[in-house]
Amino acid sequence: MAYSDKVIDHYENPRNVGTLNKESENVGTGLVGAPACGDVMRLQIEVKDDKIVDAKFKTFGCGSAIASSSLATEMIKGKTLDEARELKNMEIVEELALPPVKIHCSILAEEAIKSAIEDYKSKQGK
Amino acid sequence: MLNRRPDMPIYMDYQATTPVDPRVVEKMMPFFSEIFGNAASRTHAYGWESEKAVEEARTHVAELINADAKDIIFTSGATESNNLALKGAMDFYKDKGDHLITVATEHKCVIDTARYLKQQGKKLTVLPVQEDGTIDLEELKNSITDQTVLVSVMGVNNETGTVQDLKAIGQICRERGVIFHTDAAQAYGKVELDVEDMNIDLMSISGHKIYGPKGIGALYVRRRKPRVRLTPLIHGGGQERGMRSGTLSTPLIVGFGEAARIAKEEMHEEAKKLIEFKSYMFNRLNKELEEVYLNGSLEHGIPGNLNLSFAHIEGESLMMAIKGLAVSSGSACTSASLESSYVLLAMGKGDELAHTSIRFGIGRFTTKEEIEEATDTVIREVNRLRDLSPLWEMFKEGIDLSTIEWNDEHGGH
Repeated sequence: MAYSDKVIDHYENPRNVGTLNKESENVGTGLVGAPACGDVMRLQIEVKDDKIVDAKFKTFGCGSAIASSSLATEMIKGKTLDEARELKNMEIVEELALPPVKIHCSILAEEAIKSAIEDYKSKQGK
Repeated sequence: MLNRRPDMPIYMDYQATTPVDPRVVEKMMPFFSEIFGNAASRTHAYGWESEKAVEEARTHVAELINADAKDIIFTSGATESNNLALKGAMDFYKDKGDHLITVATEHKCVIDTARYLKQQGKKLTVLPVQEDGTIDLEELKNSITDQTVLVSVMGVNNETGTVQDLKAIGQICRERGVIFHTDAAQAYGKVELDVEDMNIDLMSISGHKIYGPKGIGALYVRRRKPRVRLTPLIHGGGQERGMRSGTLSTPLIVGFGEAARIAKEEMHEEAKKLIEFKSYMFNRLNKELEEVYLNGSLEHGIPGNLNLSFAHIEGESLMMAIKGLAVSSGSACTSASLESSYVLLAMGKGDELAHTSIRFGIGRFTTKEEIEEATDTVIREVNRLRDLSPLWEMFKEGIDLSTIEWNDEHGGH
């Protein structure tokens, strides 16, 4: 399959790969997808004063899935939680020029962001 | 010897196809413009010389499986041969019965033909396979009824390289009086085949898997003890004992014959090299990486096929990472419904491992340098992708991934 240059760039030089301390009060973790489907994304955010100061990811999946999650961490860094929650998967699709069969990768990245925010919120609500 | 093209990845997809051996090309060349006669022209020397070349090739193709040259029917390839064997036998023997037996891991052209026959009203049994990909012989025995016409079991699986016990299967079929067909596209010229010793009645063969040209293959059709008959798919001039009409392609047949001749002469020597390369790659990957799984079996596998799963990284991304190697993957994430290899699933591999499988094909023109480079590349990229994989991290933390409740309702699968 022919990938766009942007997908290949993110795949070969993924941004923000890593792990934040999921026990920390300031960290929200989103784990979405399933091994049986061939995609699992874990996206983590570190929040200070309602702002995402750091984001990390690890992804099991095809090149588009890795690129989508790499781009997602770049996009949400520096945003407020409300702004990050507004991020739509189509922004990832457009930026990476994903073909229709790979749109599910961008949906998964959007879900990972929302799930990480939820996790953070639920920690704060305690 | 063929030199590697510097602008291309290392070729490791010998199960998909092989380059034509330069010796084969040389043998074919005169048969395009110079010796061009129709082998069926009985009235002049142009026809006679083509016929002579065709019959010589037929002998080479037959000798590799201990068959009589007259039992070889030339076709366009193994797909056509499989179609002719299954449809031809089920139609010709329709008064004898309506049942055929095949196996879950067969090539698509057997599975799809069998399904077509089922749609046409035939009864179909698809045998499961065991973990190493072989069938349970007792299960085969129990599946044969008085309505069974044909049993079709492939010699060597195209994905995993698993070799079936053709001799034992042939014996069962002969005792029960049913026709035994084997798709030998991946077996012919790679492992010993003997139609007498193995009681094979029909055998599909491909030219381009043995360093011959594409577009040519054969069906071995037993003529004696017992005589097997088929309804043809293609009617016309009555060539090939009436079972496959159409003007014979002399250059392709000559090439196929030469490829078979070379295979007979060199397969044992070649196997030694392939086994050495395969062992080198397998042993190093196992030593330098964790969680590498062999799909198939070292004991029941052909020398040139190494199918491995690398746990916790996805097949397509690994393919992309090792783009310097031309390989094939059991995972084909090309549609909204992500499809794992049906062969690996039938062998009881979980979805996860089926998604992470890569088939490394080693062949006549593979060099030691290529194998070393390929092994280095795989080790480097598997480590890189595992550093990216949340599943790998969880595995290293000792988390049992099967205990996690995965949210798998999204993502378009």
